[in-house]
Amino acid sequence: MNLHRETAAEIGRGLAARRYSSVEVTRHFLARIERANPALNAFVTVTAERALADAKRADARLARGEGGPLTGVPVAHKDIFCTTGILTSCGSRMLANFVAPYDATVVERLDAAGMVLLGKTNMDEFAMGSSNETSFYGPVKNPWDTACVPGGSSGGSAAAVASRIAPVATGTDTGGSIRQPGALTGLTGFKPTYGRVSRYGMIAFASSLDQAGVLAQSAEDAALVLGAMAGHDARDSTSVAAPVPDYAAGLGKPVKGLKIGIIREFFGAGLEAETGAAVRAAIEAFRGEGATVEELSLPNLPLSVPTYYVVAPAECSSNLSRFDGVRFGHRCKDPRDLLDLYRRSRGEGFGAEVKRRIMTGTYVLSAGYYDAYYLKAQKVRSLINDDFRRAFAKVDVLMGPTAPTPAFAIGAKTDDPILMYLNDIYTIGANLAGLPAVSVPCGLAGGLPVGLQVIGPHFAEERLLAVAHAWQRATDWHRRMPEGYA
Amino acid sequence: MSAAANGWETVIGLEIHAQLATHSKIFSASATAYGAPPNAQASLVDLGYPGTLPVLNREAVRMAVKFGLAIGASVAPRSVFARKNYFYPDLPKGYQISQYELPVVARGEVGILLEDGTRKTVGVTRAHLEEDAGKSLHEGLGRMSGIDLNRAGTPLLEIVSEPDLRSAREAVAYMKKIHTLVRYLEICDGNMQEGSFRCDANVSVRRAGVTKLGTRCEIKNLNSFRFVERAINHEVQRQVDLIEGGGKVVQETRLYDPDRDETRPMRSKEEANDYRYFPDPDLLPLEIDADFVADVRAGLPELPDAKATRFAREHGLSDYDAGVLTASRELAAYYEAVAAGAGEPKLAANWVMGELSGFLNRDVLEIGASPVGAAALAGMLKRIVDGTISGKLAKDVFEAMWSEGKDADAVIAERGLRQITDTGAIETAIRDVMAANPGHLADYRAGKDKLFGFFVGQVMKATAGKANPAQVNELLRKLLAGP
Amino acid sequence: MTLTRRDVENIAHLARLEITEAELPVYVGSLSAILAFVEQLSAAPTADVVPMAHPLEGQNQPLRDDCVTESDRHEAYQANAPAVEAALYLVPKVIE
Repeated sequence: MNLHRETAAEIGRGLAARRYSSVEVTRHFLARIERANPALNAFVTVTAERALADAKRADARLARGEGGPLTGVPVAHKDIFCTTGILTSCGSRMLANFVAPYDATVVERLDAAGMVLLGKTNMDEFAMGSSNETSFYGPVKNPWDTACVPGGSSGGSAAAVASRIAPVATGTDTGGSIRQPGALTGLTGFKPTYGRVSRYGMIAFASSLDQAGVLAQSAEDAALVLGAMAGHDARDSTSVAAPVPDYAAGLGKPVKGLKIGIIREFFGAGLEAETGAAVRAAIEAFRGEGATVEELSLPNLPLSVPTYYVVAPAECSSNLSRFDGVRFGHRCKDPRDLLDLYRRSRGEGFGAEVKRRIMTGTYVLSAGYYDAYYLKAQKVRSLINDDFRRAFAKVDVLMGPTAPTPAFAIGAKTDDPILMYLNDIYTIGANLAGLPAVSVPCGLAGGLPVGLQVIGPHFAEERLLAVAHAWQRATDWHRRMPEGYA
Repeated sequence: MSAAANGWETVIGLEIHAQLATHSKIFSASATAYGAPPNAQASLVDLGYPGTLPVLNREAVRMAVKFGLAIGASVAPRSVFARKNYFYPDLPKGYQISQYELPVVARGEVGILLEDGTRKTVGVTRAHLEEDAGKSLHEGLGRMSGIDLNRAGTPLLEIVSEPDLRSAREAVAYMKKIHTLVRYLEICDGNMQEGSFRCDANVSVRRAGVTKLGTRCEIKNLNSFRFVERAINHEVQRQVDLIEGGGKVVQETRLYDPDRDETRPMRSKEEANDYRYFPDPDLLPLEIDADFVADVRAGLPELPDAKATRFAREHGLSDYDAGVLTASRELAAYYEAVAAGAGEPKLAANWVMGELSGFLNRDVLEIGASPVGAAALAGMLKRIVDGTISGKLAKDVFEAMWSEGKDADAVIAERGLRQITDTGAIETAIRDVMAANPGHLADYRAGKDKLFGFFVGQVMKATAGKANPAQVNELLRKLLAGP
Repeated sequence: MTLTRRDVENIAHLARLEITEAELPVYVGSLSAILAFVEQLSAAPTADVVPMAHPLEGQNQPLRDDCVTESDRHEAYQANAPAVEAALYLVPKVIE
């Protein structure tokens, strides 16, 4: 059976037509996971029993004619989403014993749509990383070349979908953590507008930047899953009340006359040659289809990375204070006193990158430094936001590379945090401004996938999905699979 | 105050934390009721579970706005919640959600009336919303402490005064005024034993005439008016003694120990905390529009100052008495009902502030639990006014009403306490007394005027206190004067 | 911006993180590098710029009705707790 060659949407249609059952589909993927996961380390937890129970329930719904486009379709959740009764580790020793007592809204909604939970995917610890090398559970391998990283922090979800051991997976994107792994593994990685999807139950890293999204095989799959996830949630004060359009129905919108802006600052030094060439070629192809292309300068955009590395650590230093060994999570043995309880539980529970960011954040918020660092960064964030606003007054979407290079070797950048941070150089801007953005496969560089990033104004998910869909009707990069997994 | 006598000036500012009387917590839908079993009212949000988020309670905002309007403060059209970061076991998230640069209520003021009749206006710098922390229990757990997070997330209104207070007395008067106000507004039950109303005092001293503020110390754990007064007085003395002895006051947080009547430094606050305040990214700016404020304003009750002014004006009460009677809405309502029922406001005021308050204090009861209702007391006062009983006997009647739950007429009838007003009967009693005391009579008629009181006493005794005193006086003068 | 050992010790204490003797110089190095990297921000022209705390402008805090909808779930929630007795979370004693 080659069910893994079908997209999530195709599986949904197949189930609706009763060509196969959800239980069969689920067994197929569970078997693939069992074979492939030891080499890829994409999953932290495989929920076989739960998956089969979900599948049976889905089959019953389908038999009653009560299914939707995602009923019975398997999904993997990044281990940052709380799942009741299931280990939710966030890739950290701190939560290696944490069985969540509740479901994240994202999990609840995909469950309600009838999706089947395959398991929880590996990730950079507390979503801090661009290569999935900081996980307590060990690095994830890129199925395209297992000596390489899949990108991060949603590396496990990306590896799972890229190797087709899961048809689709959820991820989160704070500085590029869906789009960048999407680019490095040949997937459609979609980050919606800030506030489009509820953050309730999504373990917080940087609250004003985090957004849930999808690692998918296609724009159609992303549209279906996003449609099921999105929408207002009263439990998240930052979730937006705007109604959710039918993303799947909007996919076919023509892109003729599309005004594309390319970001001049994204095509400078640091962009690997073949990657740059593939991205430019993709943009040219759009021009060939009747889009106009204009080069724009967003002069403050180069400050995205330093801005992010003040704001995100500041927020995470506070968000991670709740991990203190008292009510849940790791606790050190035989604490001598309260101070010892805190210092050792946290010192043992967190890895080096997390500690680095907590300390950076603590410093930039501290007395005497707040104005120069945190406040300054939030002001530069305004400047970046204004750059985007001015750009979108002229164009419909912005295009450019998602990542500066294709997948790099495991261990290549772990000694230099700043080098690692620069992987997000093109993706961070959209998080700072809260803009929706997608990465779609657009070529290969040295045999490894390259992603084209498309950024839209706030709540332009439909437009982005239509652009991605149009690209995927005209090309087949998104259908390529790494060797050994087809 | 010895400090003032020695040329020292005391500067005090009070920070009051009033627990808002909402049904649910400020950022979660857990109950706020006092006294639940440990951690029965601690939801995932209250426990700071990963992935949980705060959602703001509308009623907490309304209550804050009510307070702002009551102190004549401007309500911020836009205010921001900020995180105050520090580690303590009763603070589950490792930060408290509070308000820092942009509080919901800005500057206002409150008038206080001291016992000597002086009035003073005390500035309120700001009032802001924040969440309460949990509680630590230290008994019976060996070398461990037990954390109960039921209280974590209860809404607090932190009310900060300007450092306008100049004595412990003023501080207590201000604290009492705020206490009265929050209960009038029904935003806080003011129960200090249960911790609904807490006060920290910032105290410093300076030489009289100096304008620069001295180093201040913060005193925590002041949960009664008496403790506030004692603690401040103690602290002032401590600081004065320290400086006069050549030392310097160190800025620190101190705890008041009521058993020893002293303040001492708090261990956990030994190091200055860097709270690293920043706007909470999980909460959006709180916007309060004119309609919201107008709606709250429309629901405000008559406030204590206005009520006291009205009592003074309409009932002819002194400012002080009007202040005492308006200390709580319940007491004021009781008094008004008695005054209206008896038709005699001043008499009503005397009785409510005197006998009634005495009995309430003796039996440790709030006005709402008084066994003698307002109508019943009014009924009794009417019997004084119409002469049925004397004012003196009324005290016995009241006591009987209090302990037996009967109304005045029933007690008067049962005990035959009707005042004797029949001139003939009084004259008879007087003649009997005169006949029984010939010696005293002779002395009185010889010029010993002081013996008049003796005769009054004898007549009252002979009539079991029931003779109308005014008539006794008049008739006694006539009869003692001579045949 | 080069940090000293003392700086890093202070930050680690504020953040309640135990950093060993061996780790300390590594963190001094990486944190100094990060701060040097973000120093670029100081040159940006932000004279009259309003700081951006939230990505979505024009949105304000929604308000919740004052209703109790949570119930006593302490047993379920304490299943995860490292140290509990009599429904209380245990920590080493702090004497006031």
